[in-house]
Amino acid sequence: MKAAKIWSWFAFGLAVIYFFVPLIGTFEFSLRARRGVYSFDAYRSVLGDPQFVATFTYSVVLALFTIVFGVLIVTPTAFWVRLKLPQIRPMVEFITLLPLVIPPIIIVFGYIRLYNTASYLPLTGSAFGTNILLMFGYATLALPYMYRAVDTGLRTIDIRTLTEAAQSLGAGWTTVIGRLILPNVLVAILSGAFLTFAIVIGEYVLAALLNRPAFGPYMVWMGGNRAYEPAALAVIAFSITWACMAVIQLATRLSKHTRAQR
Amino acid sequence: MQFLEIRNLEKSFRTTRVVKDFSLDIEKGEFVSLLGPSGCGKTTVLRMVAGFETPSSGAIRIEGADVVAQRPSQRKIGMVFQAYALFPNLTVAQNVAFGLKIAGVQREKSDARVAEMLKLIGLPDFGKRYPFQLSGGQQQRVALARALAVRPRVLLLDEPLSALDAKIRVSLRAEIREIQKELGITTIFVTHDQEEALSISDRVVVMNGGIAEQVGVPHEVYNRPTTRFVANFVGTLNNFTATVEDPERGIVSLGGVNAALPRLDGGRARGSEVGLAIRPESVHLGRNPGCDVVLPATIESVHFLGSVIRVKAKAAGVFVSLDTFNRTDVPPPPNGSAAEISFSARDLIVLRD
Amino acid sequence: MIAGSKQPMAATTVRDLPRRRLGASLPLTWLGVAPFLLFALLFLILPTIQIVLGAFRTPDGSVTLANLQGLAVPNILNATWLSMKISLLTALLGCVAGLALAAAVTRGGLPPWLRDATLTFSGVASNFAGVPLAFAFIATLGRLGLMTVVLRDWFGVNIYATGFNLISFTGLALTYLYFQIPLMVLIITPALDGLKREWREAAECLGASGGQYWRMVALPVLWPSLLGTFALLFANAFGAVATAMALTGPSLSIMPIILFAQIRGDVLQDPHLGYALAFSMIVITGIANFIYIMLRSRAERWVK
Repeated sequence: MKAAKIWSWFAFGLAVIYFFVPLIGTFEFSLRARRGVYSFDAYRSVLGDPQFVATFTYSVVLALFTIVFGVLIVTPTAFWVRLKLPQIRPMVEFITLLPLVIPPIIIVFGYIRLYNTASYLPLTGSAFGTNILLMFGYATLALPYMYRAVDTGLRTIDIRTLTEAAQSLGAGWTTVIGRLILPNVLVAILSGAFLTFAIVIGEYVLAALLNRPAFGPYMVWMGGNRAYEPAALAVIAFSITWACMAVIQLATRLSKHTRAQR
Repeated sequence: MQFLEIRNLEKSFRTTRVVKDFSLDIEKGEFVSLLGPSGCGKTTVLRMVAGFETPSSGAIRIEGADVVAQRPSQRKIGMVFQAYALFPNLTVAQNVAFGLKIAGVQREKSDARVAEMLKLIGLPDFGKRYPFQLSGGQQQRVALARALAVRPRVLLLDEPLSALDAKIRVSLRAEIREIQKELGITTIFVTHDQEEALSISDRVVVMNGGIAEQVGVPHEVYNRPTTRFVANFVGTLNNFTATVEDPERGIVSLGGVNAALPRLDGGRARGSEVGLAIRPESVHLGRNPGCDVVLPATIESVHFLGSVIRVKAKAAGVFVSLDTFNRTDVPPPPNGSAAEISFSARDLIVLRD
Repeated sequence: MIAGSKQPMAATTVRDLPRRRLGASLPLTWLGVAPFLLFALLFLILPTIQIVLGAFRTPDGSVTLANLQGLAVPNILNATWLSMKISLLTALLGCVAGLALAAAVTRGGLPPWLRDATLTFSGVASNFAGVPLAFAFIATLGRLGLMTVVLRDWFGVNIYATGFNLISFTGLALTYLYFQIPLMVLIITPALDGLKREWREAAECLGASGGQYWRMVALPVLWPSLLGTFALLFANAFGAVATAMALTGPSLSIMPIILFAQIRGDVLQDPHLGYALAFSMIVITGIANFIYIMLRSRAERWVK
């Protein structure tokens, strides 16, 4: 058993090096903007760049719209499938897994061909239309995660029994949804929302090919034109992802506590 | 020198002493059960004999040689687990042949041995099936065959029947005992089911809180339990508290009636209390010739089980459970009626607390 | 949908209610999932079908295989082979390294809190892909990167002198592993947990050493999961664009990069070739994902 333990520590040690050195390296590199001394100049330059503010704001706004749309589309569907249409569940689950199978570049290629100015739905003809298209694209990318989060949340509270019990006590649909279902899946929705946020902020392919001023293309442009700012951007992007994940973990843990208390 | 000697075995996990000063000698070919509630340490003792746990102190000797320093693979011990633990990627035949393959036995000899073992467990045509195609009872039999195929010195069974249905449990335990007798293999059987332990063992070790409270043949452990725990755990028991009248002659007062006990250990003062117990089958409804203790009672409940009638009566301030055989001409007594119960003072068990 | 109405308690039973509602509102029941289905159709299914069909159509609309045949040119075949190579390589290395890490953390005798920490980190790291990841590796292993400098100044090893370049196939593969390994860890950990402790103990009693147990029982049981995850990692790497774009840009011609350029600016001078390219990508990732699903259900059947 001892030999196994040595190998385990060895493997773990290598993994720690491989995963943490790039993070440290990125941070270190981002501090090198001023010659000879460590400083936050790169961050100042980035945060002060009007392009940064513009594209970051654009992505954040788009992320929020995507989240709202995603929640509105996914939650009632998951609820309905669980309660009323369990027979179509395999099909719905298959659909939600498609975005993981079909590479995003293919999906956006399809958008460009399908919704160009010569088609029934000329979304790419205008900036506003393209923004809408991009949002739908993001919602599609986030679909697997959003659906799985909400579906798991619904599964753990057994909505069928809950609804029947509530109805036998005289509650109507609005009461059932508003006071029973929604509060219980709020945590699941929240974790899906933060995952969506993390995905949208860093996304590149869709935004680049649809020519929208999002954060992803901005980062790539910076990568080709600046030395130290990209590292600062990477640190910012990683921190945001970490923060999102931390919030999700926190929310899940808090919800477990409240559930145990009940 | 006995075949398997366990001496002063101790095991502690961090600050908890799970096994305390456990000693046991087992003869070759003997079937011994370790019986006790969960957490009593019986599985830990078994795993120490197997080699999966290292004793904090103590010795384990098989055929005279201390095995504590040996790895499980060196001890030539067969083990059957509660969860069957058949290798899912191998067929039944390959499972049974596993130990033979490790030992480098030739293909022909191995196949013959596998066929022999499958015949022994009554599944001669199951060789090509996979574990997930078998029922729980069948899987456990294959596990047994696998353990025995390599002719181990000792067979260890860790609650092998607990995961099975009640009916299979009863038939399989008899099968295990038959196979064990036929092969003459020294066996330790761990269980929490006292009926299992009593029905198939040569000797029973009743464990509680890490120590062996009593060791003996089933008849002895059942009829002459030495501690209150053993008396309560093995079979059902009616408990009384009596007052000592005459410590010299062993006379106690029970429910206003005097009884002369055959044995009463010394050091008891007149007027002190003593715990007594008696088995349901020793208590009779009504007066019975030869039963010197007669107590008035009220019938609380009657369960007609067919050949046996289980009566619960209140006597001497306690609820007494008694079993009586059905008699075609005598109907069971109605609830609430007054009656008498009688038993022989010889059948009273004095409980050592 | 009867909203907000209260049912008299005595007159109805629980069994009556849902059935009556279902019967009365059957078309309305489907209305509940209609928005979702419409969304999926318009923004997931139809675009994909468009590509698939387009691969077999000429500009004037007739069916043809010429587009697919047009893929058989050196630069596209090279790109396909390059994509295959990097996907196979990072899938293989990701599997091996991920398995080692997962095994170390779940059953290697390490402190239990390391397991949770590793799984959490893997959950986050598998989302680190794309542009920031490329920047991170440039900042670490680029010509002025921390690692490069440290190795040169502290250890006297100049990795760039040995011919290493981050902006290359090797560099990209190294970068891909950053999200491949965590993905492997996340997926294989439940499979490792499924290896029952009793199997190992039973094998030991029968005389097997640790190595024999792994060779004869554990690895065969894990095999479907390992192979399936390999396929998944392959598909994952095959479709990745952003990391490659940010790291190697147009200099490394993997399939997604060529497709990207084609979509942007029709560099291949034939729009339908783009369809064919996309179609072949779908086929390859589709097959890989299919293998993953098949093997995963087989693994689950064995180990109930």
